[in-house]
Amino acid sequence: MRRLPVLRSLFARRTTEDLPRPSNASGGLRLRGSLQLRHVDAGSCNGCELEITSAFGPHYDAARFGARLVASPRHADGLLVTGVVTRNMAVPLRKTLEAVPRPRVVVACGDCAIDGGVFAGAYGIASGLEAIARPDIQIPGCPPDPTTITDALRGLTGR
Amino acid sequence: MSLLLIGLGLGLAGTAAGALLSPRRRVPAAAVLGSGACVVAFVAAGRALVSGQTSTFRSVELLPLTGVRLSLDPLAALFIVTTAVVGLAALCYGVGYTEGGPRSRTATAMLPAFLTSLLLVPAAASVATFMVAWELMALTSTLLLLVEHRHRAEARDAAQWYGAMTHVGAAAILLGLLLLASRAGGQTFAAIGLRAGAMSPTTRSLAFVLVLVGFASKAGAVPFHVWLPRAHPEAPSPVSALMSAAMVNLGIYGIVRVGDGLLGGGVLWWWLVVVGLGVASALFGALHAAASSDLKRLLAYSTVDNVGLVLIGVGAAGALEVTGHRALAALAMLAALFHLVNHAAFKGCLFLGAGAVQQASGSRDLDRLGGLVHRLPLTALLFGVGALSISALPPFNGFASEWLLLEGLLHGFAAHSAATTTALLAGVAALALTGGLTAAAFVKALGIGFLGQPRTPAAANAREVAPSMLAGMAMLAAPCLLLGIVPGSVVPMLRRAADTGLGDTFARPLRADLGLNLAGFEGAIEPVLLLAAFVGALVVAWASVRLFARRGARRAEAWGCGRELQTARMEYTATSFAEPLQRVFADVLRPDHDLEVTHVAESRYFRQAISYHSRVDDALERTCYRPVIRLVEAWGGFARRAQNGNLHRYLAFGLVALVALLVVLA
Amino acid sequence: MSATVQASGLGAAVAASLIQLGAVVLGGPLLVGLMAKVRARAEGRTGAPIRQPLLDLRKLVGKEAVHAEHASAVLPLAPFVLVASAAVAVAITPLVTTAPVLRQGADLFVVVYLLLTGSVALALAGLDPGTAFGGMGASRAMTIGALAEPALLVAVLALSVQAGTSNLPAIVSATLAHPAWAASPGRLCALVALVVVVIAETGRIPVDNPSTHLELTMIHEAMVLEYAGPELGLVTLGEAMRLGLLFALVANLFFPWGIATTTSPAAVVIGLVALGAKTAAIAVAIALLEVSTAKLRLFRVPELLAGGFVLAVLAVVAGLVTR
Repeated sequence: MRRLPVLRSLFARRTTEDLPRPSNASGGLRLRGSLQLRHVDAGSCNGCELEITSAFGPHYDAARFGARLVASPRHADGLLVTGVVTRNMAVPLRKTLEAVPRPRVVVACGDCAIDGGVFAGAYGIASGLEAIARPDIQIPGCPPDPTTITDALRGLTGR
Repeated sequence: MSLLLIGLGLGLAGTAAGALLSPRRRVPAAAVLGSGACVVAFVAAGRALVSGQTSTFRSVELLPLTGVRLSLDPLAALFIVTTAVVGLAALCYGVGYTEGGPRSRTATAMLPAFLTSLLLVPAAASVATFMVAWELMALTSTLLLLVEHRHRAEARDAAQWYGAMTHVGAAAILLGLLLLASRAGGQTFAAIGLRAGAMSPTTRSLAFVLVLVGFASKAGAVPFHVWLPRAHPEAPSPVSALMSAAMVNLGIYGIVRVGDGLLGGGVLWWWLVVVGLGVASALFGALHAAASSDLKRLLAYSTVDNVGLVLIGVGAAGALEVTGHRALAALAMLAALFHLVNHAAFKGCLFLGAGAVQQASGSRDLDRLGGLVHRLPLTALLFGVGALSISALPPFNGFASEWLLLEGLLHGFAAHSAATTTALLAGVAALALTGGLTAAAFVKALGIGFLGQPRTPAAANAREVAPSMLAGMAMLAAPCLLLGIVPGSVVPMLRRAADTGLGDTFARPLRADLGLNLAGFEGAIEPVLLLAAFVGALVVAWASVRLFARRGARRAEAWGCGRELQTARMEYTATSFAEPLQRVFADVLRPDHDLEVTHVAESRYFRQAISYHSRVDDALERTCYRPVIRLVEAWGGFARRAQNGNLHRYLAFGLVALVALLVVLA
Repeated sequence: MSATVQASGLGAAVAASLIQLGAVVLGGPLLVGLMAKVRARAEGRTGAPIRQPLLDLRKLVGKEAVHAEHASAVLPLAPFVLVASAAVAVAITPLVTTAPVLRQGADLFVVVYLLLTGSVALALAGLDPGTAFGGMGASRAMTIGALAEPALLVAVLALSVQAGTSNLPAIVSATLAHPAWAASPGRLCALVALVVVVIAETGRIPVDNPSTHLELTMIHEAMVLEYAGPELGLVTLGEAMRLGLLFALVANLFFPWGIATTTSPAAVVIGLVALGAKTAAIAVAIALLEVSTAKLRLFRVPELLAGGFVLAVLAVVAGLVTR
């Protein structure tokens, strides 16, 4: 009888929010309904990570549009970078990007990744994300809304 | 038969050449004469296998008192053919083999002598001839083991163990055969075979047990295997290959010849004991092979494993014959002999490959190798063929013989006897477990030894070995592929050998076919078609990828989580590869861990040095043999007190003995 | 006349094998997608569509392949060996019809060893780049494979003992002829043992988590960490084919009803539909099991596999006793 909740949730009304198709949907010609991203925390406060986790959680469920986070950059189509790029994370970030097979995208998630956010000009920052990997998509916000994140990913998958 | 005699004569000539000629001439002369012996013996034995006829030879002059009797029947011919091929490959390999420095006179002379004895043992047809050949084999192999004794203490140690165990085994065999000969009133195998039925069951069982102990120790069956993992790594590689691929076969030959041939099948419990030895050997050998990081020790334990599988087949055949299922017995015996021949091919190739690796990189410790596929591509390829064959992957020969063995055991369940069925079930379980463990062991050997990055500068600078060594390996790798693709071609010859072994003519267990096709049951494999389908699928997959994948490939640094520095030190080693298996089977392997902590002199809170040693030795050696050795040493110490050098005491001994003798005679 | 009959028989067999191959190449990824969908639904999400793995494969074909600098030819070759061995195994197994190509040589042990070939190829490819992750994945995968092998072989033996042969079409035909066998206790033990082995071989919870990101918890994923582009696509496809083959084997060995016994197109279509339904049912059941259990510690997995082995031995004994 302990197993019943699992079976119940199979047939229950799902809790996922219905999201309308975003206006910037480019058709995702590049990746055709499938997007795997490798997340790199290049020195963030983890606020964006919480929002990303929420975006892939049951309520926002970015996975239903074909997006997925993967463990190895070799399996990925691109990087999902959060945080300013600190001194210690500059080399690892560059190596991670080099490990991604082409064609590849770089998604800058959060104000810190775009221009340093509230930490702009701090002593621990090595350079901006621009110097290592020009982002193809920028998701503004501190932290960005899960809906915004999901819309950006949908723009890449085209679904 | 005359051809075989010529072959044996060539072998002896090779020994003489090696012993007498000048250093520059003796190595090539011994090699050429030895190869000649192998080729001639191969032809002679091949003729016997194909025709199925037996030829004999008698001479009363060659050996005083007993005379020499030889008999070349299909069973003996099978073993001679195997030995000849392995010998030829080993001799060819030996031409370019430079490890251990320039060859001494003894080493050059003993190799052809060893070969000759290996060719002589299966052909022997009387107790005296057999024991002379057996002892010759033991002595020459012990001397060959000592070739490098000046450089390494382990070689002396190994030779001691090997010499002692082989002579205890020879003593057991001699006792058993003499028992049979005395009861039969004649020492020829024919005479024993005729009178065996009239002997009492106790005599036969006692003789079989004695002979089994001796032959099982030569074959390397648990618990008499302890010499194998010591001797094979220490011998020069051509000798290791001969020992593992030709000498251990003779242990199996002895069991089949005496148990089925001379004693005419025997009693059920004999063969159940053989199956039990086989199961124990298979499991123990496979486990230790999976846990070993010394390449040659891994191969030696793998030999123990495969000998166990052959013993399971031989025991099943004997048990099925005793309970009256002759067709099933023929199938099981055929499978066992096929596996033995295949083992000779792939194990010989693997040992020669390991020797090439040792010569090129200076080490046989897998934890010091790596990246050899770039430096020694051909050696890696040939070793890979051997490794895939021993892991029983289609379409190589290991798969064909393991399939046949499985089928033999599966259909043996039809024999409605609880004891046989239990033994067969244990056999299948052992086969299944060792299959997976062997695959793990050889993925480790191939992957850690040859793939990845080199772990030491010596491995990074290894150079490909001489072409003669590669040719020797290829000579054994080719049968691995051929016997796997068309196993049906050797089935008629194996059947004749199996029939001779079981002592009767049985219905054909396999139909004539390129693959293996069971007669009387539904079951077959067609490796040719499987290979064709596999190649076709490869081509289709490759073509699809070329067609649809427009982007090429690029070389990049391996993914290491963005680490700045990635070195060979971060690779997995053989010890780490085997660690999960070692943990799961810790009760059987009993690994030894040693942790030594040295504290700073001033305070126990600070550590100066920590040293950790981990070792997996042979648990059977530790629990069974060391107590016996300690007992013998204690007895020797006690006996030394009686011999203290005092002349008066020795004279007193003599007086007491004389008085006792007079009392007894009076 | 007999030559044309033979030729048409061969032609029908080849066609049947090709249909089976197509079904597994498409159906394997669909089964993987179905299992992901069931997991997502059980977690209260919508989840990716069932055809998502096929979309992923299509995308991977268009990416570049990347080879590690210390890797040899083994790394690019292994995915082809994996797919080819799975393809040959699929071609000879009776999945849609009882008469695929190579009918005489379609032995159950051949299928088992072909699957082992794929595993060995992947393990060697894991060791090739010379990284710690690859070695770890290869070591763990070979350990679990070594322990799953006896359970698999003995469970297969139980079926062979009951049917009197290890030839696959013969076993399926024998089960069709004796429907009462499906409920025999020996068969049920063999079924449970085989399911345990299938979970271990396909790397599902409770043995391995296919969607983990933590390298230290990876078993199979760690071996393929270096693959990219079309090679990764081949590896994913090969794994999906193996999953499809194993599910289909379990379905057809134990519940073969619906399989086509003649070569008429209608029978083949029914066979395809039956195969799809049976494998989908098994996939849903295993996905529900995945959702309800936690992943086992690595050193607890041998206990699970040993339990499977003991069940398989019981199955053989039961089969021998009731003969």
